[in-house]
Amino acid sequence: MSIQKTLLVILVMALCTYIPRVLPLALFRQKIKNQYVSSLLCYLPYGILAAMVFPDIFSSTASVLSGITGTAIALFLAYRRKGLLTVAVSACAVVFVTERILGLAGIL
Amino acid sequence: MLAVEKGLPLWSPVLLSISNFTGTGQFAGIDLISSGAGLWEVIFTILVINIRYILMSLSLSQRLVRDMPVWQRMVIAFGNTDEVFGVCMQQKEPLTMRYMTGIILSTYSGWNAGTVLGVLVSSALPDMVRTALGIALYAMFIAIIIPPARESGAILKVIALSVLLSCVLRIVPGISGLGSGWVIIICGVISAGIGAYLFPLTTKEEDPKSDDGHDGNNQEGQGTVK
Repeated sequence: MSIQKTLLVILVMALCTYIPRVLPLALFRQKIKNQYVSSLLCYLPYGILAAMVFPDIFSSTASVLSGITGTAIALFLAYRRKGLLTVAVSACAVVFVTERILGLAGIL
Repeated sequence: MLAVEKGLPLWSPVLLSISNFTGTGQFAGIDLISSGAGLWEVIFTILVINIRYILMSLSLSQRLVRDMPVWQRMVIAFGNTDEVFGVCMQQKEPLTMRYMTGIILSTYSGWNAGTVLGVLVSSALPDMVRTALGIALYAMFIAIIIPPARESGAILKVIALSVLLSCVLRIVPGISGLGSGWVIIICGVISAGIGAYLFPLTTKEEDPKSDDGHDGNNQEGQGTVK
């Protein structure tokens, strides 16, 4: 792909990313009064984040097995109200260790 | 890292990172650029991936301090990534410009530093470390949604429903060809829609006390995953 076309694609991508982000923020200035809509908007982030995590998290590592152990430790620590960084680093560490064990066992 | 492997010029992922500031979109973009996709294909793919931001921005617009001017909202819109959104949703008080600037600047600089670093070290990082880092972002999302679910049964049910739907949509043949952008939107809207119908919120008491602009969360792990 030529440099001009690559630049054009990047520009178009930037616009396609910015427009969906900016319109709702710039247009909706009033608090929404409707009880159903405001409840919906309160639950929406959890629904969206949950759908982004599952089932993709199981295939985010080298093996489904290490994905499952990483998920389990993340769920456990999150339930104990640990911080974002603690949960993320612990999950990575557990995945790393699991994958080494799987490697030794000849599974990976 | 992906971009270097695919043989793209070194500046392109960095420019992409600076101008777009979105994880999923950038992955898809590098794929599209390296396969020489047409402009319409790029537009369509990126729009579908980013439709979820309409929902996120709409949700975020309800949490900002009410008298924030439009230009400030437009700046915040650029920085409204999955990660920023996740962190903001943990805040109980209305979000001020100072708070948003802090969190967006820290994530933005971390993100782009990560991209530059990723381009530079590219294949230097051993595979075993790279695969372990793949779970970092997902683990953070878990850390965001689980504690509120402990407090509220309604949120827990919304999450459970969304996870169930998401897994089903991924497995069922025919529907599984649906892009992940659509799956996320469908799951989010249906689960939150049912949640709002079954457990409507009682009007909360207003508390206009605003927070100071402390930093966002550390996200070094993220850039290196690229």
